[in-house]
Amino acid sequence: MANKYKEVLLDPIFNNNPIGLQVLGICSALAVTTRLQTAVVMAIAVTLVTAFSNLAVSLIRNHIPSSIRILVEMTIIASLVIIADQFIKAFAYDISKQLSIFVGLIITNCILMGRAEAFALKNPPLISFLDGIGNGLGYTFVLLFVGFFRELLGTGRLFNIPILPVATEGGWYTINGLMVLSPSAFFLIGLLIWALRAWKPEQVEED
Amino acid sequence: MHNDSIKKTVGVALAVCLVCSVFVSTAAVYLQGIQEKNKHLDKVKNILIAGGLYDKKADIQKLFSEKITSSLIDLSTGEALTEDQYTDKLSPKTFDIKTMAADNQLGKALTDEQDLAGIKRIPRDMLVYSVMNNGTVDKYVLPVYGKGLWSTMYGFIALSNDLKTIKGITFYEHGETPGLGGEIENPNWRASWNGKIAFDDQADLILQVLKGKVIPSSPDASHQIDGLSGATLTTRGVGKMIDFWFGENGYGPFLQKMREASSNG
Repeated sequence: MANKYKEVLLDPIFNNNPIGLQVLGICSALAVTTRLQTAVVMAIAVTLVTAFSNLAVSLIRNHIPSSIRILVEMTIIASLVIIADQFIKAFAYDISKQLSIFVGLIITNCILMGRAEAFALKNPPLISFLDGIGNGLGYTFVLLFVGFFRELLGTGRLFNIPILPVATEGGWYTINGLMVLSPSAFFLIGLLIWALRAWKPEQVEED
Repeated sequence: MHNDSIKKTVGVALAVCLVCSVFVSTAAVYLQGIQEKNKHLDKVKNILIAGGLYDKKADIQKLFSEKITSSLIDLSTGEALTEDQYTDKLSPKTFDIKTMAADNQLGKALTDEQDLAGIKRIPRDMLVYSVMNNGTVDKYVLPVYGKGLWSTMYGFIALSNDLKTIKGITFYEHGETPGLGGEIENPNWRASWNGKIAFDDQADLILQVLKGKVIPSSPDASHQIDGLSGATLTTRGVGKMIDFWFGENGYGPFLQKMREASSNG
């Protein structure tokens, strides 16, 4: 049983990554990864919301009428997202301004809905909670990966601390403007999926 | 009871909504105080940034009270209100642009012709800030707002004591597209405003926000601002906001008063 918990928690990081393999939740991965700081806050918010929405859905799974299943899930997810947004506004105001609408858009993040539908409806609360954390960690991993390269190559900084001396300030590194625009996240996620599938060939879909 | 019976469906829906609404409203009510405080601090911070005083390490409240004096001015005459004119609703402490503009007595509607910035109503009086240096005014920090593409953009613009030169601009509240119109917050773009000439010697407004880049060799470059790429409508909104607030229905009378005062003194 302990193994099963571990599997549910850790599998989504490399073996069954929500972005890498399931290709869910790409939209926000493009929007909030220009800086690591925003990526971290977003990742924490998504992880907590996924975990608690899984927990809540799982707790009432035997009572949810199938005809309004999706509505119930949406209501739970939306409420949790609003609460998360309120907390970020209260305790990380600057970041909440940078994340602006994207916190609210967690509601439409396919990972949340996907996990509630595919896992929490069929499994008991504890393991569903862990599944939410696990998938959140998978999302976190991709966000940090993308954010690391975008911030480093796009601004020469990490967590807003100068790492590469930038040419406009007298250094040698000419910043790559493409990196702060959304398409670069597509390239990076593409490269990441390639690397993951080269490492674990069983993830490659059959033609 | 069967899960899909009408009774149970309605019951579960109601119960879920009830529980969720309790959680959401509890969070909203409990955190509102902290959020309001954050908003206030952020505004103070933006005034300091526009005034070129912001220092990450300093206590911003203290810096604000030491370096900045605020005064309420009547927009139509440009006269500062004296303290005995303050009321419960109208005083620097309680001043809030949105409630003032919406108020029947304290705000006024703009006609279509006047309303360059697309804001419909403005307060009759505005709270302006002066950055003091050894007892004299170094810069004026003026609150401005105008419609962008999606939202009303609220900010501050700082004008040097020569009443011609822009000293800084910030935006503290807007809902423009992050990465495109949201770049009005970009520090590099904001820095490009610094030192631009807003008024010529005849006190005519010459500042322009372009579509596209300023050509540095052009003779007009000293009073032109780069447009933000991918954000034509937001940029246009910023330009119109400047036209309005530096015009006769905005700070025009106030700036005229200040010019007269400085040429006499």
